[in-house]
Amino acid sequence: MRKVWVRYCACFALLAVLLAALLVWNVCAGSVEVSWGEIIQALLRRENGIIWGIRLPRVLAAAILGGALSVSGFLLQTFFANPIAGPFVLGISSGAKLVVSLVMIGLLSRGVTAGSMTLILGAFMGSMVSMGFILLLSRRVRQMSMLVICGVMIGYICSAVTDFLVTFADDSNIVNLHNWSLGSFSGTSWDNVGIMSWVIFPALVLAFLMSKPIGAYQMGEVYARSMGVNIRRFRVELILLSSILSACVTAFAGPISFVGIAAPHLIKGLFRTAKPIVVIPACFLGGAVFCLFCDLIARTAFAPRDVSISSVTAVFGAPVVIYLMASRKGGRVKEGV
Amino acid sequence: MREIYLRTRDLAVGYGGKTLIRDIRLELGRGEIMTLIGPNGAGKSTILKSIIRQLTLTGGTVYLDGRDMAGLSERDVARRMSVLMTGSLHPELMTCFDVAATGRYPYTGRLGILTEEDRRKVEECLELVHAGALADRDFSRISDGQRQRVLLARALCQEPEVLVLDEPTSFLDIRHKLELLAILKDMVRVRKLAVLMSLHELDLAQKISDYVVCVRGDAIERQGPPEEIFTAGYMMTLYGAARGSYNALFGSLELEAPRGEPEVFVIGGGGAGIPVYRRLQRQGVPFAAGVLQENDLDYPVAAALAARVVGERPFCPVGEAAFQEAAEVMERCGRVLCPLESFGPTNERNRTLRQMAEEAGKLENI
Repeated sequence: MRKVWVRYCACFALLAVLLAALLVWNVCAGSVEVSWGEIIQALLRRENGIIWGIRLPRVLAAAILGGALSVSGFLLQTFFANPIAGPFVLGISSGAKLVVSLVMIGLLSRGVTAGSMTLILGAFMGSMVSMGFILLLSRRVRQMSMLVICGVMIGYICSAVTDFLVTFADDSNIVNLHNWSLGSFSGTSWDNVGIMSWVIFPALVLAFLMSKPIGAYQMGEVYARSMGVNIRRFRVELILLSSILSACVTAFAGPISFVGIAAPHLIKGLFRTAKPIVVIPACFLGGAVFCLFCDLIARTAFAPRDVSISSVTAVFGAPVVIYLMASRKGGRVKEGV
Repeated sequence: MREIYLRTRDLAVGYGGKTLIRDIRLELGRGEIMTLIGPNGAGKSTILKSIIRQLTLTGGTVYLDGRDMAGLSERDVARRMSVLMTGSLHPELMTCFDVAATGRYPYTGRLGILTEEDRRKVEECLELVHAGALADRDFSRISDGQRQRVLLARALCQEPEVLVLDEPTSFLDIRHKLELLAILKDMVRVRKLAVLMSLHELDLAQKISDYVVCVRGDAIERQGPPEEIFTAGYMMTLYGAARGSYNALFGSLELEAPRGEPEVFVIGGGGAGIPVYRRLQRQGVPFAAGVLQENDLDYPVAAALAARVVGERPFCPVGEAAFQEAAEVMERCGRVLCPLESFGPTNERNRTLRQMAEEAGKLENI
């Protein structure tokens, strides 16, 4: 037993070190070289320069949003008893993206720029619509791979409609919208970071507090109920939390692919456990590390041009998904009523 | 004195608001095992799932310890009732200890962290089901029999008063079936548990149950102690079986007898004839058996498989009438087999039959 805890602590320490290193590296790297001294100075003075004004908020956003996506993915995987469920694969991010585009374009045409909260609300509504659709489907489609294919199709439909809207909307701001719809952390402000923290951290704390029933639910619905979990309430809470988390990410950074699957999977492999009480915090750190790493590549690989973050996460995340699909050998969604 | 722990009144169960089985009245006391039997799809699982609240009742009430279950909270129920269901369970990256420890759920705090006390109880329960050595093994990498035992330990960790098991012995080989039921029987005796379960194996149900409930069609067809339920005629009706037969004493099933006039006469007795009867049945050869006292070990099997049995009253030497009858039947058969090697005062006449067959050149070696 003690050995296990040693392992957990070592893994957490490793993640923390990686996170810290990537935070610093991300701030340093970029088209303008920055030295350590300059970073410390910028942090002390809090002046609006490259570091304080642009890089730091972007880096923090990448960490927070990456963590949120990863936890959201873990919650969805538990819910569907399916290791390749995630906000992007199930089309939930795309649903959020569609509604956010609608809101943005609608407001832009009246000359108003949408505020962060409006975007989050829009994204949340979009996620809930997609989620509702997936839930309806999951009653009919028992096979895990089929459910994922349905999710991908929903994603395509939503993306197609979004592209359509973007193409025919006439505004110069549409360039931003286009960038956003591909997924990017660029242009994040301190205000944005503040708002996303206010939404995401409470949701994470709630998710952590739910780790006991989540652990029971991993044994399947029947056993969870017999252990005293109020299944109906639990399912609603789980869906709401994972939707809020992924909606918030989509509102700020657009749909980001595969983090929600790859990060939890890698974390479970690293910790060799699926215990939510360990995995939820670890997923947050892991998702943050994963996203920081991908954002670093997105910004620096083809500098001075930014690559969309989703392209980079796909390069690293999709192989994990393929591995999971192949290793499960036609696994099924657990029977549930 | 019988202490009723679980009781149902006018219980009606079904799916999606449609009632499948109605008027279910069960009374299960502490220290008792109640078994549901019946054909596949008869609704045994539906009843169990309704009692554990996985399905909504379509009518009636379930009382747990005298209190209406509808009024009990999830935790209250979880502290009184635990379950072991069929269906494969493949939780990710969990050791057997972890799986068993989930039974402590109703007793742990907000975050579900196990205390020393909890750990001790989990280990104790694993020991009880002889799975102590499995504690650190990966749950998805042990055998089906071990898995059922660990799940039983899980159910016991929950410190229930009543245990509900849905076909706990399916997929287990005979050794693990017996082992599991033996553990269960011990638990019932030691902890005064009330057990409600469904079983496929009639022989095991007959031997382990204090009460048997027969589910068929839209009702509980019969219920009572096993000696009232396991009669040959009723078992065949319950399962709607037209072929073969059921032996109530041994709780065993026999296949259908080959049809037609007997071609082979078997002189058996004392168990010696049974393998021969079975072989002839497999080969589809109609045969006659004799002369057997009705209390002979061979008699029930011969009665089930032979085209004709020449019998004698229990405990009586083979008499003249039976002997004549046997001789007549043997006369019409082309072959005679005699697995019987020892003869004594009660079956001296069978030796004579054997000699007659030998003289007629019909006796074949086995």
